[in-house]
Amino acid sequence: MDFSVVVEYFPRLLEGTWVSLQLVVLSIVLGGIIALPIALARISPVLWIRSFPFAYIFFFRGTPLLVQIFLVYYGASQFEVVRESFLWPILREPFWCAIIAFTLNTSAYTAEIFRGAIQAIPPGEVEACKVVGMSKAQMYRRVLLPRAFGIVLPAYGNEIILMLKGSALASTITILDLTGMARTIIARTYTPIEIFLAAGAIYLVISMVIIAIFRQVEKRQNRYLGSVSIKVPDKG
Amino acid sequence: MIDLHGFGHQLLQGALVTVELALASLVVGLVLGLLGAAAKLSSIKPLQWIANIYTTLIRGLPELLTVLIIYFGATTVLMSIASLFGYDEYIEIGAFAAGVTALGLTFGAYATEVFRGALQSIPKGQHESAVALGMGTFHKFYRIILPQVWRIALPGLGNLFLVLLKDTALVSVVGLEDIMRKANIAVSSTKEAFLFYLVAAIMYLALTVVSMGVVSYLEKRARRGLTRG
Repeated sequence: MDFSVVVEYFPRLLEGTWVSLQLVVLSIVLGGIIALPIALARISPVLWIRSFPFAYIFFFRGTPLLVQIFLVYYGASQFEVVRESFLWPILREPFWCAIIAFTLNTSAYTAEIFRGAIQAIPPGEVEACKVVGMSKAQMYRRVLLPRAFGIVLPAYGNEIILMLKGSALASTITILDLTGMARTIIARTYTPIEIFLAAGAIYLVISMVIIAIFRQVEKRQNRYLGSVSIKVPDKG
Repeated sequence: MIDLHGFGHQLLQGALVTVELALASLVVGLVLGLLGAAAKLSSIKPLQWIANIYTTLIRGLPELLTVLIIYFGATTVLMSIASLFGYDEYIEIGAFAAGVTALGLTFGAYATEVFRGALQSIPKGQHESAVALGMGTFHKFYRIILPQVWRIALPGLGNLFLVLLKDTALVSVVGLEDIMRKANIAVSSTKEAFLFYLVAAIMYLALTVVSMGVVSYLEKRARRGLTRG
C-alpha cells in the first residue's frame, strides 16, 4: 500500500468534503423546517389530518434513500411537464436533486423524532399550561416546543450522523461529494484501499465533531435539570 | 394495470436476490453481533478494544463506502495474499459476496450494541440458578440466557433488519442484480424512470411490511413464556 497518493490528492478530498458538508447542512436545515408541521399534523386527533403525514413518513422511511434520489433525479425528467416548467433549471442539477431527496428523507425521520419528543412531555405540564390559561399556540411556543427541543437532541444528533452517511449516496448521481471525489480519484490512480480509507477517516472525523458539538448543546439545553440530566437511570 | 414493458418478471427476480442478500447478511450480522457483544463484555482487555474499534469504525463509515471498500479492497487484499503463495492470476470477489460481507459487518456492529444491552439486562439470579441446577457454561447460555436475550433484543434487531433491507439497494452500485439494478436496466431501455423507480420503491415497501409482520410474530412467540405484567 502506498499512502503518498493520499497526500497528493488530499486537497481534492477536502473539496469533496466541502460538498458533502453543504449537502448535509442544507438538507438538515430544510428537513427540520418541514418536519415540524408534519410532526404536529401526525399527532392531530383528526383522522384525515393524521393520515397524510403517516403515509409520507411510511413511504420515506420504508424505501431506500437510493430509490428516492433516483426518483427525483431520473424520475422527474420522465415528464414533459416537468421539463418545460420553471422548476427544470433546479431539477436538472444533480446537486439540487440530492438536496430535495435528502430533505424529504430526513424530514420524515425528523418528524418521527419530534413526535416522540412532544408525546414524551409529561401530561402534567400540558395540564399546568391549561390551568394558567394559556392558549394552544402559547402552550406550544412557550412550553411544549422548548421542552421537546431538549428531549429531541440526542436522537436528532443521531439523525444528522445518519444524514452524513446517507450523503455518500449523492455520488451515485454524479455529484463530487467526498465519496464521489474518492471514486473519481480511484478511477485515475487505481488505489482503492488507500483513497477509500482516507475518505472513511474524514467521515469519522466529521461524525466525531458532530457528536462533540451535540454533547455541548445538550449540556446547555438541559442545564436547568442540573446534574440529573447527565445521569442515566439505573436499570431495575 | 400499469405497463411494465415485460420487465415485471425481471424485477421479481431482483426482489429474490434482494431477499437472499438481506437474509445472508442477517445471519452473518447476528453471529458478528453476538461475538461482538461477548467481546465487549469479556474481561479480556484486548478483546474489548477490538470490539470497540470494530463498532466505532463501522458505525462511523457510510454504508456505501463500506460496500465500495469491501468490493474493491477485498480484491486487492486477496490478490496480495495469493501472490505470497505464488498465485498471480486475477482474483475478483463477486458483488453478492462483497454485499454480504459489507452489510453483515454493518449489521453486526449495530447488533453488538443491541445484544450487549440485552445480555446486561439478564438478572444475575438467572445465571446463579442455572449454575445451581448444575448446568455447564454452554448449557446455561443455550437454554437460559439466549432465549431471554432473544426476547429482549428482538425489537432492536427488527429495526436493524429494516435498515439492512434498505441498505441492500447500495450493493446495486457494484453491480448486484437486485431490485435496484433491475430497475436501472429497465429504465435505460424504456426511459420511464419515474415508473420503474416507483415500482421499485413499492417493492421495498412491501418487503418492509412483510418483515414487520414476521418480526411482530417472532416477538409474540418469544414472549409466550412471559406472564403479563
